[in-house]
Amino acid sequence: MTEAATTDPVHDFIAKAVADHPVILFMKGVPDQPRCGFSAAVAQILDTLGVEYVGVDVLQSEPLREGIKRFSDWPTIPQLYVKGEFVGGCDIVREMYQTGELRSFLDQQGVAVAE
Amino acid sequence: MPMPIEALEAALREGFPDARIEVDDLAGDGDHYRARIVSSAFKGLPRVKQHQLVYAALKGRMGGELHALALETSAPA
Repeated sequence: MTEAATTDPVHDFIAKAVADHPVILFMKGVPDQPRCGFSAAVAQILDTLGVEYVGVDVLQSEPLREGIKRFSDWPTIPQLYVKGEFVGGCDIVREMYQTGELRSFLDQQGVAVAE
Repeated sequence: MPMPIEALEAALREGFPDARIEVDDLAGDGDHYRARIVSSAFKGLPRVKQHQLVYAALKGRMGGELHALALETSAPA
C-alpha cells in the first residue's frame, strides 16, 4: 500500500494484513462458516478457484469492522484484497469471476489458481 | 432498518441525473435491492470507482440504513 503509517492502530493492522497476505478477505464469519450470504459467495468463488487465502472475521472486532470501511472508502463487507490492492466487494468479485476476469487477474498477480 | 424504494431511487436520480436507473426490491422487504445504473459518469472508471460514486450519492446510508444493494454499473455504449 502507498498509505503512510498513521497513528490509527486499526488502520496499521489492516495495512500490515493486506501487505503480508497475497489474498485476504475481510468477511463476516470465517471461510468455513460464513455468517452472511455475501461473504459466503466470495469465499465460495475463491474456493472454487482453488485460491489460498486468509479470511478475517470482522464480526470479532467492532473497530475492525468500522476501520475496514474507512480503509478503502467502501461501506460494505466482504472486501477482497490481492497483493495489497482492494479488488472489490461481492458484486465486483462475482462479476469478475463470471467473466473470467478474476482468474486472469489472479494469474497476472502471480496467485496460484487451480486449473 | 429498511429504506423505501422511492427514497433509494430519488437519491440515485439526484446523484446521477443523466442515468438510466432500474431498482428492484429483491426480497420484497425494503432491505435487499439491486440497482442497475447506466451513466456517462462511469465512463473510463474501474468498477471499484464506479461503485464508490454510487455509495457517495447515497451519502453514508449504504451499510447503515441500507443493508444490501447489489450494483451493476456501466457507461452508455
